[in-house]
Amino acid sequence: MIPAAFEYHRPTDLAAALATLGEFGDEARVVAGGHSLIPMMKLRMAEIGHVVDLQDIADLKGIRIDGTAVWIGAMTTQHELIGHQGLAAAAPILRETALQIADPQVRYVGTIGGNVANGDPGNDMPALMQCLDATFTLAGPNGSREVAARDFYEGAYVTLREDDEILTGIRFEATGGGQAYEKQKRKIGDYATAAAAAILKKDGTSCSAASIAMTNLSDMPVWSKAAGDALVGTACAAADIDAAVAAALGDISPNADNRGPVEFKRHVAGIIIRRAIEQAWARA
Amino acid sequence: MNELAPISREQRVENLKGLGCSRKRVEDVRFTQGRGNYVDDLKLPGMLYGDFVRSPYAHARVKSVDKSAALAVPGVVAVLTAEDLAPLNLHWMPTLAGDKQMVLADGKVLFQGQEVAFVVANDRYVAADAAELVVIDYEELPVVVDPFKALEPGAPVLREDLDGQTTGAHGDRRHHNHIFLWEAGDKAATDEVISSAEVVAEEMVYYHRTHPCPLETCGCVASMDAVNGKLTVHGTFQAPHVVRTVASLLSGIEEHKIRVVSPDIGGGFGNKVGVYPGYVCAIVASIVTGKPVKWIEDRMENLTATAFARDYWMKGRIAATKDGRITALSCHVTADHGAFDACADPTKFPAGFFSIMTGSYDIPVAHVGVDGVYTNKAPGGVAYRCSFRVTEAAYFIERMIEVLAIELGMDAAELRRINFIRKEQFPYQSALGWEYDSGDYHTAWDKALTAIDYQGLRREQADRVEAFRRGETRKLLGIGLTHFTEIVGAGPVKNCDILGMGMFDSCEIRIHPTGSAVARLGTISQGQGHATTFAQILASEIGLPADSITVEEGDTDTAPYGLGTYGSRSTPVAGAATAMAGRKIRAKAQMIAAYLLEVHDGDLEWDVDRFVVKGAPERFKTMKDIAYASYNQAIPGVEPGLEAVSYYDPPNMTYPFGAYICVMEVDVDTGVCDVRQFYALDDCGTRINPMVIEGQVHGGLTEALAIAMGQEIAYDEIGNVKTATLMDFFLPTAWETPHYTTDFTETPSPHHPIGAKGVGESPNVGGVPAFSNAVHDAFRAFGLRQSHMPHDHWRVWKIAHDLGLHG
Ligand SMILES: Cc1cc2nc3c(=O)[nH]c(=O)nc-3n(C[C@H](O)[C@H](O)[C@H](O)COP(=O)(O)OP(=O)(O)OC[C@H]3O[C@@H](n4cnc5c(N)ncnc54)[C@H](O)[C@@H]3O)c2cc1C
Repeated sequence: MIPAAFEYHRPTDLAAALATLGEFGDEARVVAGGHSLIPMMKLRMAEIGHVVDLQDIADLKGIRIDGTAVWIGAMTTQHELIGHQGLAAAAPILRETALQIADPQVRYVGTIGGNVANGDPGNDMPALMQCLDATFTLAGPNGSREVAARDFYEGAYVTLREDDEILTGIRFEATGGGQAYEKQKRKIGDYATAAAAAILKKDGTSCSAASIAMTNLSDMPVWSKAAGDALVGTACAAADIDAAVAAALGDISPNADNRGPVEFKRHVAGIIIRRAIEQAWARA
Repeated sequence: MNELAPISREQRVENLKGLGCSRKRVEDVRFTQGRGNYVDDLKLPGMLYGDFVRSPYAHARVKSVDKSAALAVPGVVAVLTAEDLAPLNLHWMPTLAGDKQMVLADGKVLFQGQEVAFVVANDRYVAADAAELVVIDYEELPVVVDPFKALEPGAPVLREDLDGQTTGAHGDRRHHNHIFLWEAGDKAATDEVISSAEVVAEEMVYYHRTHPCPLETCGCVASMDAVNGKLTVHGTFQAPHVVRTVASLLSGIEEHKIRVVSPDIGGGFGNKVGVYPGYVCAIVASIVTGKPVKWIEDRMENLTATAFARDYWMKGRIAATKDGRITALSCHVTADHGAFDACADPTKFPAGFFSIMTGSYDIPVAHVGVDGVYTNKAPGGVAYRCSFRVTEAAYFIERMIEVLAIELGMDAAELRRINFIRKEQFPYQSALGWEYDSGDYHTAWDKALTAIDYQGLRREQADRVEAFRRGETRKLLGIGLTHFTEIVGAGPVKNCDILGMGMFDSCEIRIHPTGSAVARLGTISQGQGHATTFAQILASEIGLPADSITVEEGDTDTAPYGLGTYGSRSTPVAGAATAMAGRKIRAKAQMIAAYLLEVHDGDLEWDVDRFVVKGAPERFKTMKDIAYASYNQAIPGVEPGLEAVSYYDPPNMTYPFGAYICVMEVDVDTGVCDVRQFYALDDCGTRINPMVIEGQVHGGLTEALAIAMGQEIAYDEIGNVKTATLMDFFLPTAWETPHYTTDFTETPSPHHPIGAKGVGESPNVGGVPAFSNAVHDAFRAFGLRQSHMPHDHWRVWKIAHDLGLHG
């Protein structure tokens, strides 16, 4: 469990970090909390000549809430997300999700930026970002651009981020609603067998808006428009939820792994999606 | 207060912190402050580092090894292969089970992760980088991971070195992948009873392959002093003296020129009993380079290459009368030993003490046959926190009892009760040849059932089943029962040895002039707390406070010869030696006291911490007074000093037992199982330190939880290990660990000097069937008989699915 040799860079501002990425091209990689990247390096599955550590770049840190507008710096740790009162009020699902990621030690250093940029289908934050309809800000040699979380992922470890771009922050509108993140895993520190995020808004007795997204049930996060559509305008009765679950299951294609075969995962996915919807509706 | 007021007798007893005291563990001060001293903490001047190049294939011919690129890396000192070890005759080594094992791949590899080359460099990182550069040309061969397929006529030949050998260390080999057939009991009589029995239950019970997971992996630092010719090996050894003897036999270095030291060990659980290629390579590398060489395996190496545990396919038949009296038990085991038979068992017991499989029950006739088989998996077969194959045996009988209860339509608690060996039957001769020393199973069982309100739980369970059928709940309730009996404390020298070394153990005590003492033992703690509990045994024997007694283990230059710590043998054997050595001290102390008090020694009696003149309580000498006198008085006929040594050959094993009950909530839709309640009653005989016992039980139950509910070493069909990291290999955290309620009865061992039986392994032995039975029991109402561990989410889900519970 010893990585190959690498050069370590520790820039103090974004421009310097981008310059280093530009200089070394695809030999360079940024490291945030290192809790996805370093294990890969130790397994020698990722050989990286130049590691660019982002932790001294103050601009990448912090949580700002302005009315319903929420901005989270890429280098904000999961631990900081959990501890932030304003965030818990604006979007309680963030804390609920972050608490289901790994264990306290990992959360002290693992960042939200690393979690969403990594592109691992097992990461929990990407589906949540899709559920919240968040937008990612990417800084590159030619300035910044914004990409919707729902467009960002293309496959396992493949995203729209270019090698020379750095994710600087995440923003989304906190529009309330009943929120729930349900996750089945084998143990603390495991990725999801199946997980689902649901945000439902209630108008009187009927559902006025619904957003459903899922983790580790395809080779990228899945936001199921059809599942949400199945609920909007209904009273989220059993048959409506059945329809939403069926729609969500139509959008996933889980892989067999040590957690179990596809048949099992699809079944559990149905249960977990249902629980997320029921929980969110109960909280709406 | 008058400071000189004599303290009460109770106070004197309390001051000793002897038997029965929940004395705090003296080890924990350094462990909790990060001041432990583990092998990897050792840094010697000029030390080099070794790293292995391992096979990615489970079965392949090694056509060539090119070390040139690795040797060219600055800092690399040597790259060893089998060719380099062959002239020393160290490319193979004997195993503890009478087989031999490759140290480095000799022409072929037989399991994924097998050691092929050993890179030695002046820096750990350089060694790892250079290991990547060793180029090996493999030719893949067909792989066998299934022990049943391994015995088919056309199966690939795994061990070409055994070509034509039709007998092995344990008798005939009937196939090229067959290792031995070991049998006990009366086959003909057993078959006869079964064939005419009123009721017979038959089942295949699989205890899957898993692996101990000590926090510290295996490793060593070998250091050959070229000037005085002395080899020192610091390592994670559960049996340092045996390692010394083996090292001497293998290397030809005289035994007094070898020093083996086990420093603090971060858990062993059987993983650190065997001798591994890393030790041999580090020793050879140190001899060749003249420098100390360190080898420490990483977690993946530990899980894939050092000794595994279990992997027993147990085909059972149990016969009974219609009203539930068991009349016979038979078992045939197909035992997957992997590529080499490197089981760590006493020499004459290739299947360990599996023949304890009649468990807690009075079964008149029984038979067991165990076929050992080679496959393309890692070697091993260690006793993972159990005495040799005792966990397999306990799991087997406790599953068979449940299956029989189903067959009979009987309550499983009642079935156990009517078949228990009765109190008055002890010492009890089992059908498979053991003499159970003592027990009182009915008392323990009734106490356990009452404590958890067994009848109430059964009513709740029945209600739950009804509610489930009405569609009101998706959760079932399982009640997992276990009454286990272990056989530990190996063992009598007349039938127990390791490589010819009798399995006695030892203790040597020196009392210092001012009344403190040092005791050295042949065992080695890996977390059991020997420094705490052995001092307590001694405190009660010799009347010096446990706090004034240092216990030392693990250094073969200072400790008396012993066979080490595993199989719950430390307290039954070394603990007995400690008491016996203490009694020798006391005998001499009595003579000294008699001289000092000017009475006949027969006129004295022992009282807690002193000898008192009978009938004159004001005339006494404390052990502290006597210790001083032994160093400064010329006593006629008595040598100066106060020392004793005892080598203890136990007359029998000890038979701890217990009653465990697990209450489990099972989610039929997701397969998630939650332990709602766990009650563990242990009877380990005399209880030395209740707090340490409780800690051992908590730890062992958590390992049992892991094993039953998810922990495994799984292979795909081409021999790739699928569970090589802690992501997939289940090691519970505090989060997954349920609350445990502990309880006890106390039935002292009649043959042990203080009546102690050993407890460290009981919770693993009894815990696994308790958790597993709970899962099975939840589905009993729906027709489940048997389903293999580990009961991870998907396998539990599959039970429900196959029973049609998903609609
Ligand atoms: C035992 C364990 C259990 C875990 N369990 C879970 C879990 O249950 N759920 C879960 O979601 N995660 C889990 N993780 C992963 C953990 O949350 C990681 O911390 C997270 O995935 C990555 O964040 P990081 O800050 O550590 O990123 P790093 O490991 O530093 O980086 C990950 C990747 O993202 C890239 N990257 C990081 N930051 C940026 C940026 N600002 N711009 C561009 N690229 C960037 C890196 O180059 C790298 O490729 C677990 C990790 C461990 C070790």
